[in-house]
Amino acid sequence: MDAKLTHTQLAWLSITGLVIFFGTWTLAAALELAPRRFLPLPWEVAEAFVKLVKTPFSGETLQGHLVSSINRYVRGFLLAAAVGVPLGLMMGWYRWLDNVVTPLFDGLRFIAPIAWVPFAALWFGTGIGGPTMVIFAGAFPPCLINAYRGAKYVEQRYIEAAQVLGASGPRVIYEVLLPSSVPAIVAGLRVGAGTGWQSLIGAELIAASSGVGLMMVRAQGTLDTSTVMVGMLAVGVFGLLIDVALRAIEQYIQRRRGLAT
Amino acid sequence: MAGVPARAAAASCAVSDSEEPAVKSNVKRDPARLWTGVATVIVLLVLWSVADRVGWVGTSFFPSPGNFWSALQQSVTTGYADGRLWEHLLQSVKLILMGFLMATAIGVPLGLWMGWSRKAEALINPIFLLIRPIPGLAWIPLAIVWLGVGDAAKIMILWLTAFVPTVINSFSGVRGIERPIIEASRMLGIRGFTVVKDVIVPGALPSIFTGLRLSLQGCLTALVAAELLGAILGLGKLLYQGGLDIYPGMILVGMVAVAITGLALTALIDLAERYAMPWRHT
Repeated sequence: MDAKLTHTQLAWLSITGLVIFFGTWTLAAALELAPRRFLPLPWEVAEAFVKLVKTPFSGETLQGHLVSSINRYVRGFLLAAAVGVPLGLMMGWYRWLDNVVTPLFDGLRFIAPIAWVPFAALWFGTGIGGPTMVIFAGAFPPCLINAYRGAKYVEQRYIEAAQVLGASGPRVIYEVLLPSSVPAIVAGLRVGAGTGWQSLIGAELIAASSGVGLMMVRAQGTLDTSTVMVGMLAVGVFGLLIDVALRAIEQYIQRRRGLAT
Repeated sequence: MAGVPARAAAASCAVSDSEEPAVKSNVKRDPARLWTGVATVIVLLVLWSVADRVGWVGTSFFPSPGNFWSALQQSVTTGYADGRLWEHLLQSVKLILMGFLMATAIGVPLGLWMGWSRKAEALINPIFLLIRPIPGLAWIPLAIVWLGVGDAAKIMILWLTAFVPTVINSFSGVRGIERPIIEASRMLGIRGFTVVKDVIVPGALPSIFTGLRLSLQGCLTALVAAELLGAILGLGKLLYQGGLDIYPGMILVGMVAVAITGLALTALIDLAERYAMPWRHT
């Protein structure tokens, strides 16, 4: 490995990298290596962004689509956390529940969340219910697995101490397993949040009546490449925000528990 | 989970970048576990057929065992959605392997290079940071605009899906190599390609495999989504047609096929890992 770079070196190399990227893009578009409608110039994408914020596209402005995506996302994700985390903790305590749920879960786990789209659309429609179910399918497994693992790795002496003091099963779960598994649970929530967001975009691309995914598919239909790219940016930026927020929470908890390095 | 290797569980639950370390399950295999599992599955199968007889669930919502069976027979013998089941399966697996191998061939060396050379990291990282937050699925519309609904668009999507985790994990694999190992190799006078072969690759291999596992899992999701949006053949096409015709039996066939594919791909990467890192499985 070479030596650490100085700040100026780092800055110059980073700028060079970005210049190469945007330069290649601009050059390819300006020379019309591909027709302009397929490969817009970078500032044309920026213009499309401004236009989408101001005027509605397939029924909504960009903000409107984002709001309906986020609305579904929050529902699906909260549902996954509300079912997955308690179930995972309980499976970590009650052996019979673990034995019953694990084989089912192992079978369902290998189904890609997107493969639930046809059933989700059939059962809950394409408004809020269907996409919410797909988000649930994406976010649920990490929530459950991490809570379960967190509960399984709680130090035995804490559990024994609680039991000696006469704590019942639910109390052990609530007062011993839950607090000690918080770091694992939050890590699971973060992973689940990421997979949930991806699943949402997939669900909206395939079957939804509004949302950023729908916007992108409609734009694809009219070969409006700039709008497609704006949609990709919106998806990327919002996904990044979710991840940054949950990472901050994760680090805060780890620091408070003296786990951070 | 105890029934499967813990690493497989980690791979399927984590589709974001760096991974939680592989944890060995501390739950021993015990007969009670096995029997409860078998009993649960049997009870559910019985419930499924009883629910059908009694008519708790309409067959337009969820298929009965009979529906499922006849859909399976139809898809295997006469075919459905322009192909027989194995043709759809083969098409999807072929595309996944192609996209995955192409992403691996470029992503692993790039990640290793970025890990080894800080200059390369400084140069490439900003571009990478722009692309990284965009999930593979979000590339689908652009890929369709550019390349249509044929194999080329699918491979572009799969490549982009697999590329990001592969690069990140190869990169962090190199950065995780212990300093003394690198210094010892320097002191022993290892130069050039031998460093790559004997120090960098073996040191980064565990992390590389974490990346490959994630990318393979992501590929399956992305491909099913891409095929649901437009395809000539493939498991996603089967699911799409099943949804269009409101044919729950066929949807279930498609989902089971997707699950089996996921299982097979995970088994494949387990095998590759065992072969590549014999020192980890003694």
